[in-house]
Amino acid sequence: MITEAVAEREHYLNASYGIKSWLLTKDHKRIALLYLHTITFFFFLGGIFATLIRLELLTPKGTLVSADTYSKLFTLHGVIMIFFFLIPSIPATLGNFFLPMMIGAKDLAFPRINLLSWYLLVIGGCFAMYAMLAGGVDTGWTFYVPYSSNYSNTYVIATGLGIFIAGFSSILTGLNFIVTVHRMRAPGMTWFRLPLFVWSNYATALIQVLGTPVIAITLVLLICERTLHIGIFDPSRGGDPVLFQHLFWFYSHPAVYIMVLPALGVISELVSVFSKKPVFGYKVVAFSSVAIAVLGFLVWGHHMFVSGQSVYAGLVFSFLSYFVAIPSAIKVFNWTATLHGGSISYATPMLYAFGFIGLFTVGGLTGLFVACLGVDVHVHDTYFVVAHFHYIMVGGTIMAYLGGLHYWWPKMSGRMYPEGWAKLSALVIYLGFNLTFFPQFILGYLGMPRRYWNYPDEFQVLHVMSTAGASVLAVGYLMPLIYFMWSLRYGPIAGPNPWGATGLEWRTTSPPPAHNFEETPIVTTEAYDYAALAAMEETKVG
Amino acid sequence: MKEHVDSIQTYTLVFLSLLFLTAATTVVATIDLGAFNVVMALFIAVVKMLLVALFFMHLRHSTILTKVVVGGGMLWLAILLVLSLSDFVTRGWLPVPGK
Amino acid sequence: MDSHTETPELQEQFETPAQQKEISTLGMWIFLVTEIMFFGGLFLAYAIYRREFAGVFGLASNTLDVVIGAVNTAVLLCSSYTMVLAVRAAQIGSRKALIVFLILTILLGGVFLGVKAYEWNQKFEEHHVPGPTFHLEGTTQQGPAQLFFSLYFTMTGLHALHMVVGEGLMLFLLWSAYKGKYSPTYYTPVDVGGLYWHFVDIVWIFLFPLLYLIARHQH
Repeated sequence: MITEAVAEREHYLNASYGIKSWLLTKDHKRIALLYLHTITFFFFLGGIFATLIRLELLTPKGTLVSADTYSKLFTLHGVIMIFFFLIPSIPATLGNFFLPMMIGAKDLAFPRINLLSWYLLVIGGCFAMYAMLAGGVDTGWTFYVPYSSNYSNTYVIATGLGIFIAGFSSILTGLNFIVTVHRMRAPGMTWFRLPLFVWSNYATALIQVLGTPVIAITLVLLICERTLHIGIFDPSRGGDPVLFQHLFWFYSHPAVYIMVLPALGVISELVSVFSKKPVFGYKVVAFSSVAIAVLGFLVWGHHMFVSGQSVYAGLVFSFLSYFVAIPSAIKVFNWTATLHGGSISYATPMLYAFGFIGLFTVGGLTGLFVACLGVDVHVHDTYFVVAHFHYIMVGGTIMAYLGGLHYWWPKMSGRMYPEGWAKLSALVIYLGFNLTFFPQFILGYLGMPRRYWNYPDEFQVLHVMSTAGASVLAVGYLMPLIYFMWSLRYGPIAGPNPWGATGLEWRTTSPPPAHNFEETPIVTTEAYDYAALAAMEETKVG
Repeated sequence: MKEHVDSIQTYTLVFLSLLFLTAATTVVATIDLGAFNVVMALFIAVVKMLLVALFFMHLRHSTILTKVVVGGGMLWLAILLVLSLSDFVTRGWLPVPGK
Repeated sequence: MDSHTETPELQEQFETPAQQKEISTLGMWIFLVTEIMFFGGLFLAYAIYRREFAGVFGLASNTLDVVIGAVNTAVLLCSSYTMVLAVRAAQIGSRKALIVFLILTILLGGVFLGVKAYEWNQKFEEHHVPGPTFHLEGTTQQGPAQLFFSLYFTMTGLHALHMVVGEGLMLFLLWSAYKGKYSPTYYTPVDVGGLYWHFVDIVWIFLFPLLYLIARHQH
């Protein structure tokens, strides 16, 4: 029984005070909170650009901004959301906070490098913000040459440098996670007793380490091309613009798995705890994370079907792209099997998990549409693709992120969020999301190109629906911002395990002590062993 | 700490081999072997790399995990090179105009 | 019995010095894998363009001095030799030998960089630096010829940058060794620094034949 009040007991938040204790911290939990602030800022900044885009698209002709400015809006939206929000999001916040706890470790393998990772994200973000404020960048987040290298008059280099630096943040986080999971598990914590959230972050870390360096060199080459005209992508010198696309997508396709794999891990946790059942087919789900990471590196050419790439390569990439859908589908089937016969609770995190499963499935199935070379020739660069990836990234990743945030909030803060408001905002987000993005599938299929600032009159109805949805979505996202902050002072105090979850992070106090565990845990039970948890609770009470 | 301390003789032997291979690759390059020149050059470079990695970087005494990490890196480089080159090498293979 | 009080270099999150060493070297190896992928992009560009412009690349490559290139390769291999002997000295606790070998490594690295600077200057004087003053005799394909030199400068430049960082690392190790910070129970930074140095050497092991030894048989 918990008799000590939160304020009296020492934990990671009150163990030391002052700005230096935060800016020079080595505690992975504090670093996770530093990241939480940073990515939340970038999320809302990216959201502002999304709002401006959707406002402009209310009318068929230009209204708010010029065509050039519109190009800057979608570029900045993409760059900020991808590199400064989605890529760090779950690993750097929830992963940083909970991965060491879940494996029974005191911290990550390299705590100072973890802090450096955060600083690199912030510094990279400063470069990107400078570019944004100085005049923006208009190349699209994909920076295709020769426009970005030879013709654009915007801040390509500053933005590129910002992404380059943020890339090292990602690499170092990945490196840290790999070493930690391999070498710092507590006694008895074998690989197949790990929570699936750990498996997902581990697989993500593999991608971060293997893929990110390639976009780093790509940006270096782009900057050299732009400043020194080295000719490497310049046809007049014998260079090939398609080489840029190969180098860019070699990272950027696996990058989408960096963005979604941790989310898949969160969902595995939520589905289990809120149906009070172990995840069905644990080993298969664990291996599917690694399979996604590996297969994700073999399919990048499906972004290049109409680029001038050889047809033979297109066929190979299209063929391989179907395979990467399989492990994702396996997860969805296994979650469904987990739910079957479970004792389902409809707490807010579970609502997000349900939302995720449906929306991720739609996103994944439409991914098969675009993997088909023949179909993609028609829908490439249309709103069909835009809808597809937003279903995954927003309907998928952001939902999982919010679900995880709600789930682990009591552990991180020692407070519960207000359940009523949380359920309401989950519903608002779900409805707003579908109203925003479902019409975009139709728009794309009818031929509406992406990155266009004006469009034929007959598309207006669908665009108005989409913008209406976006405004609902915006409200939905603002609500958690408000009530999470409210809960820090007024939320009910949370105990160590409000959800009745397994997992080592629930065995310590909320918030946890600075060094995570009073003594190193010794693990004797399998993952998601609710029976053992119940038995343990009984012996404690008795 | 139980650790392998390699002898100076071992290191010297490896070093001399590396020098020899450097000379060898330079000399072989002056002989016309056609397309095989590149193969020879890369082969010798790979042997030199293995000598440095296994002996100087102590890879032969390292854990299996370390060896898997290095192998993984080589494999991923191969994926980058082979799959990208598969585009450039196959351009014009299929009877589709412009492809 | 607390390992942390006996060995102050042991960081909080590790249980034993052996664990710290093993984990630190694993971390460095993973970092080197990221470097493989980083340089890999340049090797891809090189492979694509050499395949397409084999003749011009051969012509351009022949303007590089193969003797200087080979000797520089030998210099770098020497520095790897002195580096591994430095690690060995740390392993057996010979502080003096460690210092001597680190100094030799730094000097040899400096020679390599000096020779590189000389080579680059040669290229500048021969108008082989891509730009408005570029001209390579013997071919009408000036564009692809410039591509060769773009790749030459980018690849050797990136390599040289890594060498400079390596020199900085070595100087740090030298200073720490001088201060007596390393012993047979704790020489992890020397080990890890050595791994980095050898890796940069391996990159050059590939750069030399790929850049200097194209079509040398035509003489």
